Amino acid sequence: MSDADASEDAAPTDREYAEWLDALADGGGFALVCPDGHGSLPPRRVCPECGSADLSRGALDETGVVETYSVVHVPSPRFADDAPYATAVVDFGPTRLTGVYREGGDAAPDPAVGDRVTVDVGERATDGERLVVFRPADGETGSGIER
Amino acid sequence: MTDVRVAGVGLTRFGDHPERTGRDLFGEAALRAFEDAGVDSADVEELNYGNFMGALAEHQGHQAPLMAEAAGVRCPATRYESACASAGVAVREAVRTVAAGDADVVLAGGMERMTNLPTDEVTEGLAIAADDLFEVRAGVTFPGAYALMANAYFDAYGGSREDLAHVASKNHANAVPNEYAQYRTEVSVEEAMDAPPVAEPLHLYDACPITDGASALVLVSEEYAADHDLDASVAVTGTGQGTDRMALGDREHLARTPAADDAADAAYADAGIDADAVDVAEVHDCFTIAEVLALESLGLFETGEGIAAAREGTTTADGDLPVNLSGGLKAKGHPVGATGGSQIAELTRLLRGDHPNSEHVSDAEVGVAHNAGGTVASAVVHVLEVAE
Repeated sequence: MSDADASEDAAPTDREYAEWLDALADGGGFALVCPDGHGSLPPRRVCPECGSADLSRGALDETGVVETYSVVHVPSPRFADDAPYATAVVDFGPTRLTGVYREGGDAAPDPAVGDRVTVDVGERATDGERLVVFRPADGETGSGIER
Repeated sequence: MTDVRVAGVGLTRFGDHPERTGRDLFGEAALRAFEDAGVDSADVEELNYGNFMGALAEHQGHQAPLMAEAAGVRCPATRYESACASAGVAVREAVRTVAAGDADVVLAGGMERMTNLPTDEVTEGLAIAADDLFEVRAGVTFPGAYALMANAYFDAYGGSREDLAHVASKNHANAVPNEYAQYRTEVSVEEAMDAPPVAEPLHLYDACPITDGASALVLVSEEYAADHDLDASVAVTGTGQGTDRMALGDREHLARTPAADDAADAAYADAGIDADAVDVAEVHDCFTIAEVLALESLGLFETGEGIAAAREGTTTADGDLPVNLSGGLKAKGHPVGATGGSQIAELTRLLRGDHPNSEHVSDAEVGVAHNAGGTVASAVVHVLEVAE
């Protein structure tokens, strides 16, 4: 194993996911988009909606809208030190993303359907593994806390 | 094509079996099914066995041959895995095999051991039924995924935690007389409301328990039943299966279950009935919201109206359409790889008249069983009818 970045260290089955996370962390989050406009996440060889093999990268929207959320109190071991935490499913244009919703400081996570959020890559408190993190877009939630 | 008859059913008690192996549990269920059927185990031509997490829970893969030994059958044996719908798909393939005339006698069912793992490891084990890359790594647990669906449902159609508490209370009440049920205790709506949160808006009594148990069915052709003078009055007249995108976020709608819509449509078409004909249902209420989604996919309630069914009394034991008279996964328990077979066993007993809750459905002719995997990326529906 090299000491290079995560995308090279990752098991082959995870490499495209790691590269996608790298892009998300660099502000270049993308979906794979077919000519009919269906968005999906890598790794893909064909569009899961229509079977088209003509996939290209399409940028995610700058901000997304929370479609649903839950505050999880009973975690799996990998999230033991993260609980309670909020998960949310957010519409980012070509596709939806699922991730952990975090507000600034020590505020308890309190998302609502319709909230507008940004997406970034953060770390699990439990073990430092990278994960998809949503944060309130400026002025769009009650917390008003900026990061 | 031949009619498929349920010749016999066998269940273990659902609950804690800390000192028993999975093979012993399935063996008990299978022997009980043979006894109920009056069928010689030597006549079994195939074993279709459901199991989800045996590799994690018992460090035991390749379970089908082991379960053939436990049941005392020597025939092709296959393990089916489709998360919590593992036994449902195992039974479905058994039904298709008998209906096609490829076998006269098939043993189908499943087993799961779960209580020997600590709760956090069971949580982890169940979570792998979700998309590892884009859901599990993002913190989605099994209750958490259904909580996402519940909040999406509330946002789209209305409803509240209290509506879900009525589902929990109803199913706990139904489990009280069921000798196979894990929790034979009533839970009031108030107790359900006051329970601690698991994944909001779902609280403790919105969730099924962690359960050990096994189920087995002896399915036979109509001709075999007649030739052997079997008392096999219940027929499986319809089977259907559906598949959806694995990750909840990739679905067309976050508060509907199209895989179950497809499974129900196919099963009803196979049986030549429509939803109006259904008298009684056993549905996959791994969480209270799941029962609501199931009722709507089965066409028993309009979209957005299933949430009120338990509160209004339509689906209670004395209602027009009793649902989960067994106690459901919610109170009877949910050994995931056994559940699909257990639902059909319970429905068969209800229709035969020898279930402790049969009095509530004494005139029932048609029952439907709904078994789901993951967040209903997989769904199996069966129609059972009183044939004679």
